[in-house]
Amino acid sequence: MTQDNTAIDEILTANHDEVLQDWLAELTASSRSSGASQGAASRSEALELLGGLREGLRADGSAARFEDAPAWERTRGVLEALSRTRAARGSSASETSQFVLALKRSLFARLQQRLSKEPERLVGALWSISELLDRMAQFTVTSFQRSREEVITRQQEELLELSTPVVKLWDGVLAVPMIGTLDSSRTQLVMESLLQRIVDTGSELAIIDITGVPTVDTLVAQHLLKTVTAIRLMGADCIISGVRPQIAQTIVHLGIDLAGITTKASLADALALALKRAGYVVTRTKL
Amino acid sequence: MTMPLEGAMGLSTEQDIVMSRQTVRKLTQQINFSLVDQTKMITAASELSRNTVVYGGGGEMRWQVVSNGAKTGLRLAFEDKGPGIPDLALALTDGWTSGKGLGVGLSGSKRLVNEFDIRTAVGEGTCVTITRWK
Amino acid sequence: MQRIPILQMGECLLVTIQVDLQDQTALALQDDLSAKIEATGAHGVLIDISALEIVDSFIGRMLAGISGIARVLDATTVVVGMQPAVAITLVELGLSLEGVRTALNVERGMQMLRDAAQEDGLDHAA
Repeated sequence: MTQDNTAIDEILTANHDEVLQDWLAELTASSRSSGASQGAASRSEALELLGGLREGLRADGSAARFEDAPAWERTRGVLEALSRTRAARGSSASETSQFVLALKRSLFARLQQRLSKEPERLVGALWSISELLDRMAQFTVTSFQRSREEVITRQQEELLELSTPVVKLWDGVLAVPMIGTLDSSRTQLVMESLLQRIVDTGSELAIIDITGVPTVDTLVAQHLLKTVTAIRLMGADCIISGVRPQIAQTIVHLGIDLAGITTKASLADALALALKRAGYVVTRTKL
Repeated sequence: MTMPLEGAMGLSTEQDIVMSRQTVRKLTQQINFSLVDQTKMITAASELSRNTVVYGGGGEMRWQVVSNGAKTGLRLAFEDKGPGIPDLALALTDGWTSGKGLGVGLSGSKRLVNEFDIRTAVGEGTCVTITRWK
Repeated sequence: MQRIPILQMGECLLVTIQVDLQDQTALALQDDLSAKIEATGAHGVLIDISALEIVDSFIGRMLAGISGIARVLDATTVVVGMQPAVAITLVELGLSLEGVRTALNVERGMQMLRDAAQEDGLDHAA
């Protein structure tokens, strides 16, 4: 181990509990003063981090290589988990990095005590730990941001899914009511979830209802065509329903070739066709 | 096993085509591509690896995990010192084939990725670079 | 060299592809199937690709090839179990797999083969 790492490691070993105590106290104090909504950080997270820190120091990890050196793998893991929970909780990025930086005071104080007679070593060690904790704090913030983005992306996807549910109309018949504008990512998502449901339920017919789609341009038509082709490739078939007169006009006008795709004006018509194809006959017993 | 973020592998035999698929699979899984994006990238790699082995007389595939600010992506380059492609515009048309292929390898791969770059000269070889973002 | 086993079930030949195919293996499969169709007089071929995560133009060509050869030898081919991601990629790739019949799963595929055999006026138990 380098000299600086040794000095810090000695403190973490000999004064482990006190360092922990001071650190947690510092965190509680700062969260109170900043009016943070969360209580003090969890003791177990702090313990984990101290453990990772020692491991990294003993493996001779340097601050400069914090982001990718294997020596810091455990520490990175702890910080990522920390960021993730805080991102999910709605804490701020600065609160999260504060968790790491609050450790400085405690370590500085002890380093000063221990190396008071060796000013050069003291400066070296202080610099070293400061650099390391700064890198760790930076890493925490980056992880935090990434976690937040993941949360947002997931929420967006859930929203998209909610707005285009795949419903089972009958045994072997699925329907997707498309509502709103059909853009590339939306259609992609619908296509993927529809195809998956087809496989999961073994449904041979899918009805895509576009009653709720205001306009159909060449791009939208292309997306629909791709979806139908994929469905057929898998061994199922597709009917497009809800084709209003205006849309029919646009399709002809644009010269879009809906090669062999069955279209129906209403979902009801599409269902009737689907049942007929599946060999069902619907009779009315009451008049 | 974690893949390094940058690397290269030789493409000279059929077995290498399979290896390139497996390599790209590991990489796309490692950076968490969606299943569909994984499939598209691996398929594109399969097409281009085959071109390198079968038409390029062998070469290599280089990979690099890239980032442009917020997005992460995978960049692959397929390079050979083979005969080169005489009529690039024709080669990029759907259905064109120089051999027994269905003629979709090059043009099809283009549609599977976000960025597609090809440099080729007769007698000097070919280099196709593709990038897919998460 | 890897070789894909071909099972015989009555009048049908069953192939399940579960490995990442080398080009050679795909070609060998094509040859093996043609030989077996001839040898057994099979009228149906079912190819299960539910475990295939990648279908590129080479495999696509193989499937279309088998389909074509089988037809000449008076057998119907059905490819079953295509994964959604594969279907999406094939569409984007521009491979239409024309002439290749597909079904969602083995059960449906076998039904298709039975129907096809009946249509031919041949009442074979599949």
